Amino acid sequence: METNLADVTIYIALVVSTLRMATPLILAGLGGVFSERSGVVNIALEGIMLIAAFMGMLISHFTRAPWLGVLAAVASGAAIAALHAVVCIKYKSNQVVSGTAINLFSVGFTGFMLRKVFEHAGQSPPVPKVADWTIPLIEKIPVIGAMIGKHTPFVYLSLIAVIISNFVLFKTKLGLRIRAVGEHPKAAETVGVDVFAIRYLCVLLSGALAGLAGASLSLGFLSQFRENMTGGRGFIALAAMIFGKWTPYGTLRACLLFGFADALQILSQTLGLTFIPTDFLLMAPYILTMAALAGIIGRSVPPAASGIPYERQK
Amino acid sequence: MPGAVLHMQRCLASVERGFLTLKESIGDPVVEMRDITVKFPGVIANDNVSVDVYSGEILALLGENGAGKTTLMNVLYGLYRPDAGRIRIHGEQVQINTPNDAIRLGIGMVHQHFMLIPPFTVAENIVLGVEPVNAAGKLDMDKAIRDVEELSNQYGLVVDPRANIDDISVGMQQRVEILKALYRGAEVLILDEPTAVLTPQEVDELAAIMRSLVHQGKSIIFITHKLREVIAISDRVAVLRRGKCVGTGETKNTTAEELAQMMVGREVVLSLEKEPAKPGDTVLRVENLHARSGRNLPALRGVFFDVKAGEIVGIAGIEGNGQSELVETLTGLRKSTSGHIYVNGIDVAHNQPRALIEQGVAHIPEDRQNRGLILDFTVAENFILRNYYKSPFARGINLDYRKVQAHARDLISEFDVRTPHENIPVRSLSGGNQQKVVVARELSSEPKLLIASQPTRGLDVGAIEFVHKRLLAQRDQGKAILLVSLELDEIMSLSDRILVIYEGQIVGEMAASEATEGELGLLMAGGHGKRGLDTERSERSGQYGQQIQEPLRTHVKPIS
Ligand SMILES: Nc1ncnc2c1ncn2[C@@H]1O[C@H](COP(=O)(O)OP(=O)(O)O)[C@@H](O)[C@H]1O
Ligand SMILES: [Mg+2]
Repeated sequence: METNLADVTIYIALVVSTLRMATPLILAGLGGVFSERSGVVNIALEGIMLIAAFMGMLISHFTRAPWLGVLAAVASGAAIAALHAVVCIKYKSNQVVSGTAINLFSVGFTGFMLRKVFEHAGQSPPVPKVADWTIPLIEKIPVIGAMIGKHTPFVYLSLIAVIISNFVLFKTKLGLRIRAVGEHPKAAETVGVDVFAIRYLCVLLSGALAGLAGASLSLGFLSQFRENMTGGRGFIALAAMIFGKWTPYGTLRACLLFGFADALQILSQTLGLTFIPTDFLLMAPYILTMAALAGIIGRSVPPAASGIPYERQK
Repeated sequence: MPGAVLHMQRCLASVERGFLTLKESIGDPVVEMRDITVKFPGVIANDNVSVDVYSGEILALLGENGAGKTTLMNVLYGLYRPDAGRIRIHGEQVQINTPNDAIRLGIGMVHQHFMLIPPFTVAENIVLGVEPVNAAGKLDMDKAIRDVEELSNQYGLVVDPRANIDDISVGMQQRVEILKALYRGAEVLILDEPTAVLTPQEVDELAAIMRSLVHQGKSIIFITHKLREVIAISDRVAVLRRGKCVGTGETKNTTAEELAQMMVGREVVLSLEKEPAKPGDTVLRVENLHARSGRNLPALRGVFFDVKAGEIVGIAGIEGNGQSELVETLTGLRKSTSGHIYVNGIDVAHNQPRALIEQGVAHIPEDRQNRGLILDFTVAENFILRNYYKSPFARGINLDYRKVQAHARDLISEFDVRTPHENIPVRSLSGGNQQKVVVARELSSEPKLLIASQPTRGLDVGAIEFVHKRLLAQRDQGKAILLVSLELDEIMSLSDRILVIYEGQIVGEMAASEATEGELGLLMAGGHGKRGLDTERSERSGQYGQQIQEPLRTHVKPIS
């Protein structure tokens, strides 16, 4: 196939795809940031997204109100996260085991419910999705307008969430306390910070954000639920969080990079990149993450207390 | 009972000390702790303890390791909830369930292991939990920094509010901790073993700070296990032994000997008898040794020294100046980046630990629980960690457990290890007995060179005496001993020769008989022996009640 790299539509398609692919990663990645900054590893993001994508679809199907579906997705995300929180914070279980259990449960649960409710395997019928937003003036600008002027609301929400998250984590007292709890919970407790409350809050928040990420899949980019439609995005989001050094903006950058790798893979035919195996592009996020963890590209140091249950002594 | 001797009446404050005459003579107690009992599985950490603190005084809480001092203060600070007992503050009965309750009642605590968040700045650490915010709800770090500077000036506690905790000296970290309590309006300040991490000069400076604080109306509870500090610093003293309060009284009415006896529960010899050393051939020679720390920073920067047969060479220094890395490099646990280590003339700088063991190097590691023992192995198994692979314990691929157990029983009786039998996990032994297991294992191997790193850390007086005597006996048998310790007293009383390590280099060497604490302290702080400025400073800080306006020794990196 002929490729004309001077053709601006290719670049538009690249940017649009990158943003689309990055959006669920950004939302879930922010969830990971909050959870881990407070000291709780949340590898359940994947499962939470999947369940939320399903619940969002379900409510939108029955109410025909997609925004109600979004609300349901967020609420169900927070609810599953609450389960994770209780298991990890109250009962001090292994956080990775709890997360894995939720991930395994989510696949079975959504598959089962799909069959139960719609008597149909594989995918749900189409449901109303949330309408795209257009950004008034920007939309009119040539090229730029086509790139960023009109998207599903989730794209814009994810970017707004990055800005708010960064403000909360680094400019508010709540953020200072969250980071303190994730670094040295005992020190935080000795100055009167409620370690457990902060951790519950952050894990719930991470569930809500992962829920929003799930909604973006079934009610934003598609208008239906498909079995296992998250396809590992929850894990890529965690990778982005690590690659982004547990900061909102770092996570955003990593998600955009991973989204770009995805976009390249999607457009590889058009771009004449067929000499790169698509599998390699799919591997890229993980390879980059391992490189970051191993210290090859900028060392990533997790919050010191991440993954360690906090115990009051007596 | 020796405690009775000291159970005196509360009387008027000592009028001789000028600083107290300003206030009313001692009135009502600020803090009354009554019949506090705290039980942990297997131990009663506090057994019906009652202690009072009066306004404007320094109360020393004295006791051996494990006596229950920290536990008692954790109760007062709301970290532990006692099984029984009452607390009254200014005469009013209170419930202290969380540190927040304690803070509200004007109690502040500086923990033995600092409660600072390493990647945060000094100001962030000080305001955490009571952060100033502007009208928009945004964290107001500028105000935080201004507040910290103001407080810092008011109390003469010099800190750099913008520096990261990671980058400042231990002394400054301690001042940050004190400021943290003062920032929350603490009236009663608990200092848990504050002198453990300081040089003798810094201890003087801390004493001056404490004096200045009580002068400004604060009350201080000062935890220590060092008698000298009790005598020098406190107004009153309460002695804890095995969870019980065995005496309280005014410091000026007691003596170090009496306190020692109360603390330990029997007569103790405060000084160690030892013959002069008869050094023989050089056993260990270290030349221009370099090594990096776990964080990949230079930790040893050209170390030279030697240790001869029949002498104890002590390495003095403040924690974190390369001692751990030196010991690890000498025992094959850390790779040196350059330099030579000769044991009996053979260069072993690149040897694995087992090769060093075969060379006759024994090692008492500073962390017995993580390095010295495998806690879930039995006592008998821990005894053979050095040589399990050799006859008579190994037979082909099997271990001969009958021999292992017989060996264990021999060592248990020779080293007086208190354990029901040799087949219980070493985890269930007390700290002192765990250390005896390590010492027994290392000494029974008949080493030529013994490297002892903080061999008495966390032990009680009885166990300390035991370890010291064994080390001296080894010396007298002609072994070469390298002793690394953070306790200057231990270095001074055991060593024949003292080296001072500072920032990865040996910066001073002297015969133990000629060493003075002051001189060692200056070297440990990076000074070069006696010099005008430093002497002047320590004199000034020795005067009670005077504020220290000059910056103390710090390692502050410039902020980028
Ligand atoms: N959190 C805890 N859990 C179990 N035992 C403890 C705990 N804290 C202290 N202890 C035990 O209580 C006793 C007193 O300890 P501690 O108060 O730390 O002594 P000190 O501060 O006087 O050295 C020790 O035997 C110690 O092992
Ligand atoms: Mg203690």
